[in-house]
Amino acid sequence: MKLKRALLLAVVAIAAVLAGCEPLTVLNPKGPQAEVQANDIMMSIWLMSGIVIVVFAMLAYMLIKYRSSKQAKDYEPPHIEGNKWVEAVCVGIPVLIVAYLSFVSVQSNYKVEATPPGYEDKEPLVVYASSSNWKWHFSYPEENIETVNYLYIPTDRALEFKLYSFGPITSFWIPQLGGQKYAMADMVTTLHLAADHPGEFMGRNANFSGKGFAENTFDVTAMSPVEFEEWVDEVHQTADPITEEKFEELLEPGHLGKMTFTGTHLDFSPAPEGHEHHQSNDEDSEENHENHDEHEGHSDHSGH
Amino acid sequence: MEFFERFAIPHPSPAIYASMVAIAVVSIAIVVGLTYFKKWGYLWREWLTTVDHKRLGIMYIIAAILMLFRGGADAIMMRAQLSAPENKLLDAQHYNEIFTTHGVVMILFMAMPFIIGFMNFVVPLQIGARDVAFPRLNALSFWLFFAGAMLFNISFVVGGSPDAGWTSYFPLADNEFSTSVGTNYYMIAIQIAGLGTLATGINFLTTILKMRAPGMTLMKMPMFTWSALITNVIIVFAFPVLTVALAMGTLDRLFGTHFFASTNGGMDMLWANLFWVWGHPEVYILILPAFGIYSEVISTFARRNLYGYKSMVASMVIISLLSFVVWVHHFFTMGQGAFVNSIFSITTMAIAVPTGVKIFNWLLTLYKGKIVMTTPMLYSMLFIPLFTLGGVTGVMLGMSAADYQYHNTMFLVAHFHMVIIPGVVFAMLAALYYYWPKMFGFMLNDRLGKIGAWIIAIGTLVAFMPMFISGLDGQARRMYTYSEASGFGIWNMISMVGALMLAAGFALIVYNIYYSFRHAPRDIGSDPWDARTLEWATHTPIPEYNFATMPKIDTYETFWDSKKKGTTLFPDKIEKIHMPNNSGIPFIMGIIFFLWGFSFVFAMWIPLIICTLGIFACMAYQSFENDHGRYISIEEIEETEKELGGKR
Repeated sequence: MKLKRALLLAVVAIAAVLAGCEPLTVLNPKGPQAEVQANDIMMSIWLMSGIVIVVFAMLAYMLIKYRSSKQAKDYEPPHIEGNKWVEAVCVGIPVLIVAYLSFVSVQSNYKVEATPPGYEDKEPLVVYASSSNWKWHFSYPEENIETVNYLYIPTDRALEFKLYSFGPITSFWIPQLGGQKYAMADMVTTLHLAADHPGEFMGRNANFSGKGFAENTFDVTAMSPVEFEEWVDEVHQTADPITEEKFEELLEPGHLGKMTFTGTHLDFSPAPEGHEHHQSNDEDSEENHENHDEHEGHSDHSGH
Repeated sequence: MEFFERFAIPHPSPAIYASMVAIAVVSIAIVVGLTYFKKWGYLWREWLTTVDHKRLGIMYIIAAILMLFRGGADAIMMRAQLSAPENKLLDAQHYNEIFTTHGVVMILFMAMPFIIGFMNFVVPLQIGARDVAFPRLNALSFWLFFAGAMLFNISFVVGGSPDAGWTSYFPLADNEFSTSVGTNYYMIAIQIAGLGTLATGINFLTTILKMRAPGMTLMKMPMFTWSALITNVIIVFAFPVLTVALAMGTLDRLFGTHFFASTNGGMDMLWANLFWVWGHPEVYILILPAFGIYSEVISTFARRNLYGYKSMVASMVIISLLSFVVWVHHFFTMGQGAFVNSIFSITTMAIAVPTGVKIFNWLLTLYKGKIVMTTPMLYSMLFIPLFTLGGVTGVMLGMSAADYQYHNTMFLVAHFHMVIIPGVVFAMLAALYYYWPKMFGFMLNDRLGKIGAWIIAIGTLVAFMPMFISGLDGQARRMYTYSEASGFGIWNMISMVGALMLAAGFALIVYNIYYSFRHAPRDIGSDPWDARTLEWATHTPIPEYNFATMPKIDTYETFWDSKKKGTTLFPDKIEKIHMPNNSGIPFIMGIIFFLWGFSFVFAMWIPLIICTLGIFACMAYQSFENDHGRYISIEEIEETEKELGGKR
């Protein structure tokens, strides 16, 4: 009886996940990458529910059927070594399930690590997202704009986030647009995202980074390309340029509100990319292109 | 005065001051009590200097239970803080320290000594040995663990606790971002305990390979011994990595090196890799002995032999190999690209296959059995469904693309608690109930035990199932607070209820120990569960030499066969028995190591050098001491055997 109650509780809890009065953030995707992930998650939940049900049913059957109270007093359980076929099934079915999941997993890996399909026609919008205790700095090199703790993005272009950190390892995460990736001090990682529809989303650092970690969030607004252009123009007309002194001030540990600047800190404090490429002399076209950017930034800086 | 300022708590609170008073009061009470009851001599002779694997095992288990309550208190504080949005019970700094110590204490100072305690108590008995291969080293292992645990535990009243998470990722754990001595405690206390564990690994590997009773081939070993063998192989391969990583971390923090710094050629990713190259096998170090316990318990109370013995062994060997090639799944999000993630995604999910085999074998052990639902069996039967929930979510986490969404969220927290609590903690509680009569000569109350098991099982579900939901809703782990608008409040409130249920369940176990100590009958014989393996062929209480004569082994259930078919288990005549002498050296070395660690934490170099010399002096003394052990005479053995109920 008690076992049944416990099982019921588990089923209710799972049902709550699946049914959920309002969709859970991760299962309410607003971009192609998050959708790939949400689909994987739902598929695996269903498949795993099947396994859970099989195990629960087998356990219930054994416990009900083979309780000592249901058996003759002099019943002596037999000695059973094992059966080749039974064990083949016990290995075979999990192998099939894992093989299927691996197949899906590998495909999804390549999807989330590339520009999402349907966005290839336009160059992705590159945004450098760097964290410092406990803020996010977003640099738009193409638009020559920098923001703090908020992110405006157009809906018609893929987004390529270049992530790095001015302190502890952080993790850049906008759940409704796609999963997270680490931002680290000694290299730049790339996260491919895109937003399908205009809307406002929560973004945060997901990786523990000290005292101010809980509040290390940012707001994301996706908007039509026209609105995005208008915003860029407006920033260029109204915002102050970012200076090296000002940026140093921003890096001080603490929390800041939203801020907007023209120019980017990349001009005087380039991202830690290309360190390894220097030596390996990698001729990969895209990487090489970025190398050049970085070099230019660097020489500018030394020319000051 | 200036000298003492370094010991001050950087971020005090009334709770910490209250703890200081409590620690002082309890310490004084212990000293006064021991003096008043004149127990110092008893304590020294029977416990502090013992090299007996049974007593060391019991001491490990007592320490583990103490640490369970320490870690549990941390857990309750965390759940209380998160039970409502924008709660002000704890501030960020305290919350960070508490989840860090909760993780370290529960994994390294609760789960580890629990399993090592049962390995100590059970393995030599199961293989028909009189002790482990190196009894004095075994005592040293215990005292090193204990010194490390105590050193770690005083951090919150002397100098401040570590606050960089139990994973202690650099550069967060470096001096720049973790300014208190807390992370020094982490590096050095775990180092000391880890050395003890490494010695345990070598000791038990030797014991199991060299000291089995005549006739016990590897494939006739009981399943718990098999799990212990494989676990110790993993320990011997994995713990040196931790030793090295901690040494590098210590050098970074105290000697200005840059192994894990983000500047001057250091690499923060290196720590994460080294930590998890040890950390993932560590998970299996915990779970495999737990699987061994379940195999013993389920087979005993299904009154049937374990189904698929060979596939059980094979699956453990495969798990141990795979455990070393999955570590990257702890940071799929580090940017190593689709190819690397794909490989580690596949290896990770592959572990589900041998684990699944074990689950099915346990289920098939029940088939055609005659199931007796005792408390240990109830824990095992609750383990299967709950662990399955935890296990399948592990497979989900293994899908690396989807892991970008699970990583660092409460979903992950829910997963590892749903595997570690039903997997390891339930097993340890099952083992506690199962082996209690062998250890102490009376049984724990079954009715109270079962009520406790149900409360703990339901509490586990109530506490951790909501975290799957809040994780998918975007609640990151390690956040000390969240806004009302986030909607996480309800799930965390439910979790709080579950945490309280767990606390009640554990309190009931303590009450059960008290109740049974007072009321349980003492005439339970030596085999109260009608069990199948060799440890139950000993007398209760077990004489120090375990077996008067060596058992002769034919099958992996020789004791069961001797009961059912009347085969002779002990064919030999009694001869004099060689036993090791007690030694104070391991205990003294434990104390010196504690002082050594304490000096290291606060960078007090002169005491550190003195302690280092003291450690070498102990080792030198140990090397040159002429102690060949002693013999127990035939008369003495015969007398003991007669007193305990005759030669079996």
